[in-house]
Amino acid sequence: MADSYEPGAVPDGPLLEVEDLYVEFRTRDGVAKVLNGVSYHVDAGETLAVLGESGSGKSVTAQAIMGILDTPPAVVTGGEIRFHGENLLAVGEERRNEVRAEGVAIIFQDALSALNPVYTVGFQIEEQLRVRQGMSRRDARDRAVELLDLVRIPNAARRVRQYPHEFSGGMRQRAMIAMSLALDPEVLIADEPTTALDVTVQAQIMDLLKEIQVERRMGLILITHDLGVVAEVADRIAVMYAGRIVEHADAVSLYRTPGHPYTAALMDSLPRLDQKGSTLNTIKGLPPSLLNIPPGCPFHPRCPRAEDRCAVEVPPDHRLGLGRTSKCHFAEELVSRV
Amino acid sequence: MSERSLRSEKSGTERSLRSEKSGTERSLRSEKSGTERSLRSENPGTEPILEVRDLVKHFPVRVGVLFKHTVGQVRAVDGVSFDLNKGETLGVVGESGCGKSTLAQVLMRLEPPTSGTARFNGRDIFAMRGAELRKLRRSIQIVLQDPYTSLNPRMTVGDIVGEPFEIHPEVAPKGSRAGKVRELLDVVGLNPEHLNRYPHQFSGGQRQRIGIARALALRPDVIICDEPVSALDVSIQAQVMNLLGDLQSEFGLSYVFIAHDLSVVRHLSDRVAVMYLGKVVEIGTEEEIYNHPMHPYTQALLSAVPVADPTVRGQRQVIRLEGDVPSPVDPPSGCRFRTRCWKAQEICAQEVPELEPRGGGHPSACHFAEERSVVP
Amino acid sequence: MTDPTTAAAGTAPDLGASAYVTAPEHQMSGPGKPRSLWSDAWRDLRRRPLFIIAGAVIVLLAIIAIFPSWFTSVDPNHKDLSHSRETPSGAAWFGYDLQGRDVYARVVYGARWTLLVGLSASVLTVLIGAFFGIIAGYFGRWIDGLISRIGEIFFGLPFVLGAIVILNLVRNAEIRGALPIVFAVVASIAVLSWPVAMRIMRSAAITAKQQDYVKAARALGASAPRIIFKHLLPNCLAPVLVYGTIALGAFIGAEATLSFLGIGLRDPAVSWGVMISDARNYVRVAPHMLLFPAGFLTATVLAFVMLGDAVREALDPKLR
Repeated sequence: MADSYEPGAVPDGPLLEVEDLYVEFRTRDGVAKVLNGVSYHVDAGETLAVLGESGSGKSVTAQAIMGILDTPPAVVTGGEIRFHGENLLAVGEERRNEVRAEGVAIIFQDALSALNPVYTVGFQIEEQLRVRQGMSRRDARDRAVELLDLVRIPNAARRVRQYPHEFSGGMRQRAMIAMSLALDPEVLIADEPTTALDVTVQAQIMDLLKEIQVERRMGLILITHDLGVVAEVADRIAVMYAGRIVEHADAVSLYRTPGHPYTAALMDSLPRLDQKGSTLNTIKGLPPSLLNIPPGCPFHPRCPRAEDRCAVEVPPDHRLGLGRTSKCHFAEELVSRV
Repeated sequence: MSERSLRSEKSGTERSLRSEKSGTERSLRSEKSGTERSLRSENPGTEPILEVRDLVKHFPVRVGVLFKHTVGQVRAVDGVSFDLNKGETLGVVGESGCGKSTLAQVLMRLEPPTSGTARFNGRDIFAMRGAELRKLRRSIQIVLQDPYTSLNPRMTVGDIVGEPFEIHPEVAPKGSRAGKVRELLDVVGLNPEHLNRYPHQFSGGQRQRIGIARALALRPDVIICDEPVSALDVSIQAQVMNLLGDLQSEFGLSYVFIAHDLSVVRHLSDRVAVMYLGKVVEIGTEEEIYNHPMHPYTQALLSAVPVADPTVRGQRQVIRLEGDVPSPVDPPSGCRFRTRCWKAQEICAQEVPELEPRGGGHPSACHFAEERSVVP
Repeated sequence: MTDPTTAAAGTAPDLGASAYVTAPEHQMSGPGKPRSLWSDAWRDLRRRPLFIIAGAVIVLLAIIAIFPSWFTSVDPNHKDLSHSRETPSGAAWFGYDLQGRDVYARVVYGARWTLLVGLSASVLTVLIGAFFGIIAGYFGRWIDGLISRIGEIFFGLPFVLGAIVILNLVRNAEIRGALPIVFAVVASIAVLSWPVAMRIMRSAAITAKQQDYVKAARALGASAPRIIFKHLLPNCLAPVLVYGTIALGAFIGAEATLSFLGIGLRDPAVSWGVMISDARNYVRVAPHMLLFPAGFLTATVLAFVMLGDAVREALDPKLR
């Protein structure tokens, strides 16, 4: 079983699957229900975008997958995370560590704080190669240069000896990607990888991620709040709100006919590049406090479509065709309107 | 919404009515100086409220612990000129390190300029001292980027929004201040009864509204917005942008709107200046910059913005720039963009391209300026 | 560092639970008159049991210090060698010391000098340190350089040696009477300790100065004193307050050390420090000589630490 995640093995089910995940943050002020039954999956060579605003739980899901939630305050209270069918929440720390480096890797928004400032970039890549794969110092160095080259860092042989602070923002994110690729993960989680970067650099990094993903047939989970970035790279999109996936669809259908009022409102509130608009459509009010999530549909206090039942009945997943779901009582109506 | 569109229609007709007059004015002015004219807005008749000329801000790079010596200069802002008209929004876009935030700090007189002038209603703000400077503070205000650090965590909202009145007691007599603070909170869409709360009790968007209320307190003519919405979530960002738009029409404000998000800038701006490594590389109306960009950098910047439409994926022409922005300590000779530019030739390394109208269009600083439409 | 992946994971973006909680409804701040930080802090303090207990202890000690005759009618300096090292009894609750003096009376009378030295030394230290620290932190440049260098000179002096030098100078100047001696001890402690408070304040001020709210205040035209008092001070006070309360205990101890060396307080100024150092050689035969003054000392220091903690929390709206 331990070898089932070796590259080349043909998986039966999805590569990585999150099912009905519940996470709470037990704080001084009360219990914040951060994830309330999140399910998604990603297959080899596929890009799943997890779209949401801050506090929607998109990053927490990723951290739960990686097993790096801060406990306390975070507690996983239910659900499963399956990698090649193996429930990661049920295995020991040792097995978790194995999967963490060689099965699923993660890159963060802030590459500067994710790199250790007192070691050279090369050392940080070599370290895991030596520890995990038993490579010699020399082989590890060669591999590190190769990896930096792969992420198109110029002068890789020289750069490998430099410290993170000597890298520019874009270079650091490239170095982070190189590091996450060192052990050939099958799934890469990119948590807001370009949010801290300028738009021209963002384009470079997204190109690079896309290219590497296609080349290695990696599963990519892209966590972001940027509707533009999502539209450019995602195959499927999961929209999160208040710790739930409110809509799940392939990219083209989601943008053409949003199946949830929240998705629709989010798209409407974007300023446009191609024309100077008049007043923007906004979503009234604020995202709910996770300490006190509204009953029924959590979006109902802000929803233009809300009716009385929305405040009482929690909307189930409505199926809207192949692999498409929406947690809205009026999902069918919303989609058929166009 | 209808009000805004009406307004823009009106200004459109005004524009065409006045174009005749402006033609004559322009020819008169052109004798004076070509570049001078080009910096002015297309909107004639309105007088510039803020005129910035050749603004330079260099930060010395010092080394040493006890005996510091200067080893170089960070050329954060290196010769920036523009006009801001009454009631207008001038957008300033550029990537990090282009000097747009330094520009805001210098214009607010938070940092002294290295050289150059900025005239507010004809008077040089860098020459102001004492009482005159205090008066200037009432006329130009700033909204800062980070809603989490821009409010003193140990002051109540009432104290924060009321602080301008304490610093400038002549604006409002003591008894009327609490009322004014409530009024301001109401104007920016906050509950006036919340004036005893502390900043941490508000969300990011609400905090940004508090920052805006503070900037509005002294009824300024100009507000410099330094990335006011870039730290906010999409849905909240739209609320704050609408608020800024509404306040502008309500109070006749002029904005210098600094941001890195090109869509946000387009939405709010009448004119746009594009900055790269301390210099303005292109300036023009929102329409000119976005629909008829002349400078290769502007084109690259616009083309790199991801479009929220998966159906055009792979069909858009995207100009991919190589590498990162060079260090402002040692910028490239000649045109600063030449190291990343696909059009660069020998002349670009030798001659600094002036910011002047090229190809019959608006001012751009490129030897090979050529219109190329990149926004779908 | 063993595994870069997990090391990187450890520094994941802010996971604080508060990041997921938006705009909590706060019960205590309803509509009404505008309030300020200090009045809110006071309202908050009055409801903290920690503050009430600490406050009660300190008030009691203050009363003992000011009116020792209310608590005992025995003369603390009355010697009766026949009672030497006698253990506590109905006549003398805390027993007698080596020279046959009533320990209870001495503890009561010692409160005055102990508190006086401890309090004034830490207040003076914090005042001097905070003043120079905030000046150095706010103005920076050469002012910071000058203050920091001077601070380093004082900081470099070994405490006991420095105090011996200073107090010997005073002694040679023929200073007599209890108050001037107390003042000399307090001054020597403060002169040698202020650089610590200065450094704490300075770094806090430098951090606070770079915050955007200071930028916003400057953009409004706020004067330097206004920025220092309204914006820097409330945000920099907490670490110095904590230092002050901890230092209070240390200073009472330092005073005891100096007394033990014969250059600190001396009769008629009795302090707990003096009593503790007197008792040191008799811990086994007469532990009561040490336990009672030491117990009072501990309770006092604890009360001040609790007070400092309560004040620090009350001044931070986020912790309310």
